[in-house]
Amino acid sequence: MLTVLFFAQLRERLQCDKLELAEHPKNVSELRDILAQRSPLWKELLASELAIAAVNQTISSDDVVLNAGDEIAFFPPVTGG
Amino acid sequence: MAQIKIAVQEQDFSLQDEYQSMLGDSAQSGAVVSFIGLVRDFNDGRNVTGLKLEHYPGMTEKALNDIAVQASQRWPLNAITIIHRVGQLQLADQIVLVAVSSAHRGDAFQACEFVMDYLKTKAPFWKKETTEEGEFWVEAKSSDDTKANSW
Repeated sequence: MLTVLFFAQLRERLQCDKLELAEHPKNVSELRDILAQRSPLWKELLASELAIAAVNQTISSDDVVLNAGDEIAFFPPVTGG
Repeated sequence: MAQIKIAVQEQDFSLQDEYQSMLGDSAQSGAVVSFIGLVRDFNDGRNVTGLKLEHYPGMTEKALNDIAVQASQRWPLNAITIIHRVGQLQLADQIVLVAVSSAHRGDAFQACEFVMDYLKTKAPFWKKETTEEGEFWVEAKSSDDTKANSW
């Protein structure tokens, strides 16, 4: 089981802040592919620069390996400060 | 290793209180440099009435702590305080405080700017402006990436 979180524009446009995933993608790239199958909107947003990935709260590239119980978040470029 | 204080909170903060708290009773510091970011009343031509700040609880604190640790490894600092507000803010409200103390001003000036530049591009906060024309997510600026990458 993986927990997937969405923030800011992504959360609003996907109308989803959190989901639990039963599938076992081997890395971030495969997770993007699985989520992209939900609809053209999901495909568009998860492939774009709007979707930075963080695995267990550390920003991660698409080849980072996923393990059961991981928390993965997708979010747009940050704008704090 | 510098003394690090990180806070992510809805309530306001007091520069004077944080200044005194980071110095404590010690006489080791010859310089304190602080930066405060405020909600501006003008951005990209729209009339801004306030700001909503969203963040990623847990990762936010971790990212800020990582930035403070990096700063303390690059410069000889005595203390670093980072406070970032979240939730609904009004015009002219304080958003963020970065304060660093060191024996000498050069290190304190550089470390403060480094922390702020890194925070802008690496800490998971998102601003949504409330304006007279509606609500708009603030776009990330490539100039912020350029500044952060210059360190």
